[in-house]
Amino acid sequence: MVTDTELKTLIEKIVLEMAGESKASEEHTPKSEQTDSTNHAVSEEVLPDISEVLIKKELLVPDPSDEEGYLDMKDKTPARLGVWRSGARYMTSSALRFKADHAAAQDAVFSYVSEDFVKENNLFPVATVCQDKDEYVTRPDLGRQFSDEEKEKIKTHCGNPKVQIVVGDGLSSASIEANLENTLPAIKQGLKLHGIDVTNDLFIKHCRVPAMDVIGELTGADVVCLLVGERPGLVTAESMSAYIAYKPTVDMPEARRTVISNIHEGGTPPVEAGAHIAELIKKMIDKKASGLDLNKI
Amino acid sequence: MILSTVLFGRTYQFKSINEVMAKANEEKSGDVMAGIAAESAEERVAAKVVLANLTLEDLRNNPAIPYEQDEVTRIIQDGLNEKIYDSMKRWTVQELREKILDYNTSGNDIRRISRGLTSEMVAAVTKLMSNLDLITAGNKITVTAHCNTTIGLEGTLSARLQPNHPSDNEDGIVASILEGLAYGSGDAVIGLNPVDDTLESVKRMFHRLEEVKNKYAIPTQNSVLAHVTTQMQAIREGAPADLIFQSIAGSEKGNTAFGISGELIAEARELALREGTAAGPNVMYFETGQGAELSSNAHHGVDQLTLEARCYGFGKTYEPFLVNTVVGFIGPEYLYDSKQVIRAGLEDHFMGKLSGLPMGVDVCYTNHMKADQDDMEILSTLLAQAGVNFLITAPHGDDVMLNYQSLGYHEIQTLRELLQLKPIKEFEEWLRKMDVIDLSGRLTKQAGDASLFLV
Repeated sequence: MVTDTELKTLIEKIVLEMAGESKASEEHTPKSEQTDSTNHAVSEEVLPDISEVLIKKELLVPDPSDEEGYLDMKDKTPARLGVWRSGARYMTSSALRFKADHAAAQDAVFSYVSEDFVKENNLFPVATVCQDKDEYVTRPDLGRQFSDEEKEKIKTHCGNPKVQIVVGDGLSSASIEANLENTLPAIKQGLKLHGIDVTNDLFIKHCRVPAMDVIGELTGADVVCLLVGERPGLVTAESMSAYIAYKPTVDMPEARRTVISNIHEGGTPPVEAGAHIAELIKKMIDKKASGLDLNKI
Repeated sequence: MILSTVLFGRTYQFKSINEVMAKANEEKSGDVMAGIAAESAEERVAAKVVLANLTLEDLRNNPAIPYEQDEVTRIIQDGLNEKIYDSMKRWTVQELREKILDYNTSGNDIRRISRGLTSEMVAAVTKLMSNLDLITAGNKITVTAHCNTTIGLEGTLSARLQPNHPSDNEDGIVASILEGLAYGSGDAVIGLNPVDDTLESVKRMFHRLEEVKNKYAIPTQNSVLAHVTTQMQAIREGAPADLIFQSIAGSEKGNTAFGISGELIAEARELALREGTAAGPNVMYFETGQGAELSSNAHHGVDQLTLEARCYGFGKTYEPFLVNTVVGFIGPEYLYDSKQVIRAGLEDHFMGKLSGLPMGVDVCYTNHMKADQDDMEILSTLLAQAGVNFLITAPHGDDVMLNYQSLGYHEIQTLRELLQLKPIKEFEEWLRKMDVIDLSGRLTKQAGDASLFLV
């Protein structure tokens, strides 16, 4: 049963809503000459890029007990917190953002570093024996092997350098395109200060980390430095690593590599990483060691 | 013992039980990479036919890795209940399959059978099962364990809350914990994978997790997933640990690569019982995953499913509270796509339960695998139907430290609502007290607002 007061409130509400509706319809009517077509016409407007929303700053919980406290919690982690729900399921916006970030991660793995990019950065392109990306992701053993023909090309191109820089697509082509142009010049500049000139940089398609050991054996370089795309996560698909080793050889212990990981704008900035890598290379040449052996010195 | 059959007029002659076992496996990229998978779909079926007719005695007498060579084999063989084994050693693998699925065989009967099975028998029967067989059989077996609370009771579905952070920021970790609690996750364990796994860091993390647990009086258990030796030292130096965690393998060589042995795990367990903070008696937490042995070149030419079963045979000796396969973490070179991950998830859960383990699954994938969140939602729904003890959950399914995707906090609540499953009782009562779920088990109006714990 509806009480008088409830009835009164109900009527007031309905009256208010009707007034609102008529006001709204008034606003729309002047465009009557186009009425029928406006609703169906394609607008010139573009929806905003959902990937640009800062997850850390976006709180989707509609009426949080402590908004300031929640934003402070979110500020401390890149985890997707405060995403709210519809029933027990996700809000559409957070579900779409997740899908977008996963799409970027997958594309980073399954796409290639463009040939133009390789050319513009003066990299000499070679490839491991993998036939395609599919074989690359399922056969880590092949991503470290070269055909005799490729080996000859590498030898001829590189000669016998002191330091050999190698760029590999690894598991994120996007990370190479995003960071290399800042990291590579910084490494070269840093080494130049020590009187070390680095040229004849290589690019390896379908590259796994141990491919650098083959390059070490083919060139006899004192130090090989591999810049390679890391397996992408959803927070970033653009993280690059540097694996550096003193006179690497095939089947050497992993502990002989020095690794700088997490090189991207949100991690170790690419220029800073480059300067750090140059110093490490110099140290390796001086101490004739890398990896755990270098730490022991 | 017959290792040969004719199929569609063609004769297939296998050289060893290991070859039959590998070729009888559903297709996995890891077995292909190891060069031991069936070469055709027909050869796979031929191997299944041969396997179906082998006896349990054949499998007992031909362990995947010889007794003399391998500690895991010795632990499995020596731990067998000989009387139960003797009573069924003449069964063929197909008879074992049908026995497990039979209406007249209860869950309790299967637990008894389980005591007479080696891991090779567990793996063999799994190779003869379809996905729905694995769900049906898995659902029959109840395995409970008790640490601070009891996991695995019928009608429950638990969750590990995984609050990882890319730089171990303690406030960030606590933030992810509170978010998970606000959705009802965390009754299995609040378990952190630290980035920095040095002793001081691990001690700090144990203390921080304990502080959160005590502050809100959460009836659950804590775990910091560093190397077992680091956790042991942390406990000796006063860190409050409910559980000791370790990744385990199905061969001695694989365990050596992890830096462990049976003796070390036994020592860890004794330490946790003597100096840990939990009520017990189950104080160990193990993770596994198909392909781990091949990745450390410790597979001895044995297929990844059989080696996974041997992890469970090894692990059960130490009476764990939690065991989970991290099924899709290892990458497409071992499990190629969502089809293979879904199959492996169902296999691992069933094999764990048949081995007598309180089995959970990290339903997950990496970004270089052909799988997505929809596939994980499918597998988690199937596993919840199969009676899985617990699933792993991270905020929105995204682990920002390990860079892979698992299930989200939302999923555990959705599955509970969908299949009318409940959290562990004490935890459920706590969730009600915190006004996260209502009497019907649904989320309350304020559930999902982690800042409710700040007030």
